[in-house]
Amino acid sequence: MTSFFAQNKSVAWVLLALALFVLLVTVLAPATGTGVLSTSFVKTLGKTLCLMLVAVAMDVVWGYTGILSLGHMAFFGLGGYMIGMWLMYARTELIIAESLRAAPIPPTPEEIHDAIGQQIFGVVGSADFPWLWGFAHSLPLQLAMVVLVPGLLALVFGWLAFRSRVTGVYLSILTQAMTLALSLYLFQNEAGLRGNNGLSGLQNLPGLDVVPQATISIWFFWASAAALGLGYLLFAWVVSGKMGSVIRGIRDNENRVRFLGYHVESYKLFIFTLTGIVSGLAGALYYPQAGIINPAEIAPIASIYLAVWVAIGGRGRLYGAALGAAVVSLLSSWFTGGGAPNVNLGFYTINWTDWWLVLLGLSFVAVTLLAPKGIGGIFDLFSRRHPVPERVGDFGPDQGARRTVEGEEEK
Amino acid sequence: MSTLLEMSGVSVSFDGFKAINNLSFRIGEPELRAIIGPNGAGKTTFMDIITGKTRPDEGRVLWGEKSVSLLKMSESQIARAGVGRKFQKPTVFEAQTVRENLAMALKNKRGPFDVLFYNKTRAGAERIDAIAEEIGLSDQLGRISGELSHGQKQWLEIGMLLAQDPRLLLVDEPAAGMTPAEREHTTDLLRRAATKHAVVVVEHDMEFVRRLDCKVTVLCEGSVLAEGSLDHVTANQDVIDVYLGR
Repeated sequence: MTSFFAQNKSVAWVLLALALFVLLVTVLAPATGTGVLSTSFVKTLGKTLCLMLVAVAMDVVWGYTGILSLGHMAFFGLGGYMIGMWLMYARTELIIAESLRAAPIPPTPEEIHDAIGQQIFGVVGSADFPWLWGFAHSLPLQLAMVVLVPGLLALVFGWLAFRSRVTGVYLSILTQAMTLALSLYLFQNEAGLRGNNGLSGLQNLPGLDVVPQATISIWFFWASAAALGLGYLLFAWVVSGKMGSVIRGIRDNENRVRFLGYHVESYKLFIFTLTGIVSGLAGALYYPQAGIINPAEIAPIASIYLAVWVAIGGRGRLYGAALGAAVVSLLSSWFTGGGAPNVNLGFYTINWTDWWLVLLGLSFVAVTLLAPKGIGGIFDLFSRRHPVPERVGDFGPDQGARRTVEGEEEK
Repeated sequence: MSTLLEMSGVSVSFDGFKAINNLSFRIGEPELRAIIGPNGAGKTTFMDIITGKTRPDEGRVLWGEKSVSLLKMSESQIARAGVGRKFQKPTVFEAQTVRENLAMALKNKRGPFDVLFYNKTRAGAERIDAIAEEIGLSDQLGRISGELSHGQKQWLEIGMLLAQDPRLLLVDEPAAGMTPAEREHTTDLLRRAATKHAVVVVEHDMEFVRRLDCKVTVLCEGSVLAEGSLDHVTANQDVIDVYLGR
């Protein structure tokens, strides 16, 4: 364990920075400190930590294994849906029980169940619980679903995609299709997750009505920070050592890895599923802070944003991805939330709510062209050793070396 | 000397072009074999078939004492069964250190969870050191392999092949880009490996083949043209016509 930290010095620094950040926010939060930060800002920070966790997972898939998945936010969203189902069910149950208490005849469990159904599915013109709410009454079961549902989807999708050796841009398109299909499916009322209404009121924890949102917000902030810390440790461990060596080998030349005797598809599947599960967990912490989840959250654009964060932050290093997600998502909420002042050019006023996406697009292009190492590359200025060599292509031989032309190996 | 690999009646064509045409080939263990042939004779395709990269249209490829068919196995299964390959153009993992390259090739369990929970062992480290010594890269273990010279990359790939500890070594143009002294070292190494295992060397360089001093198979247009000692095949009129006479 000590050798792990000795070999991966950045991990200790990241965890230290995270701990200091948590301390700072705790001191400034309304529930536990001076209250300089508002409750909604604490929630924004908590959500940002969850996004950082998905970005780290995305970096493992893309930056380390070379699979440009444009569908990981589907797993994030599913995690949110799974916890949201319990939150909605349990809270509605309490409300129903409260309102029926006054009734002259005590309600039967069936009556309560039906009333909950009426309450939850009234908006989509239904009153019956679809089969997929079968576990919604139980927190432990639904928490298991948070892990199992994204995990199974990643496992089945990955198995189908990797065994047919779909790679590169085709795989990216396939993952986009997956998240689009899932999103379109959930938009339907018949899918049983309230269609485009989604699940709402998730910020209200059942049975904790007396606890102010300020307190709940810091709880979730702590939980998100703990999840990010543990997730970061997990992935740092996975990408270090021999596993990291093999998956980076797969990224650079998967055929060569095959000829060394490694079953490349199993490795891709392992990474894809593991990151899918962690994304689901991050989503389960994110959406109670957001308060609402609907199918638009797993639209293809969400996963593309995820790739943009990782690219801007710097692929192939976990802290880069985390930093990219934090910087871009916080800037995004600053620009789109009216935080950035409009720029009056005389003939035209730049309204950042409209122009933020253009700015983001331009910075994405700029980073790709000018600073491929991303924000994380800044840290290379302070350390001599590069964690991941930036160049994976052929370094030689040069033209002077004896080379044979016949039957060049394809890459 | 028992038969390790036997190919019979193997044909493969790409877009109507017969790259391999009714090829039959047999190698025992231990044995050293050189394969020569003009450009386009199908030498690389021959190796692709054995390693599972290319599926033949017809024919049989049988492996080991139990004569299992390699055609039903995936590339990684074939590699685990004991077929190691050194590519013509050195293909090492350029972004990783020499040590990491060797460690990845080192004979160990290959499952994802075996690798995830893999602990570095003293035996493994000693094996890596021994191989590094053998290939002359002992003081380069910590270097990123992309920075190595072409010849050093060749050596690293040979080292990776040794680290896999395969029963059949398929070696494509090992001497390309090497100095005369290095060529001599390579010959020694291959001949030593061939005292225990089966080694197939594809080579253009006749001088190198002569130094290997082994049975030679001449491939031409996808089938075996002649087989025997180097002197025997170079005396063969067909061989002179298609290859040496040019």
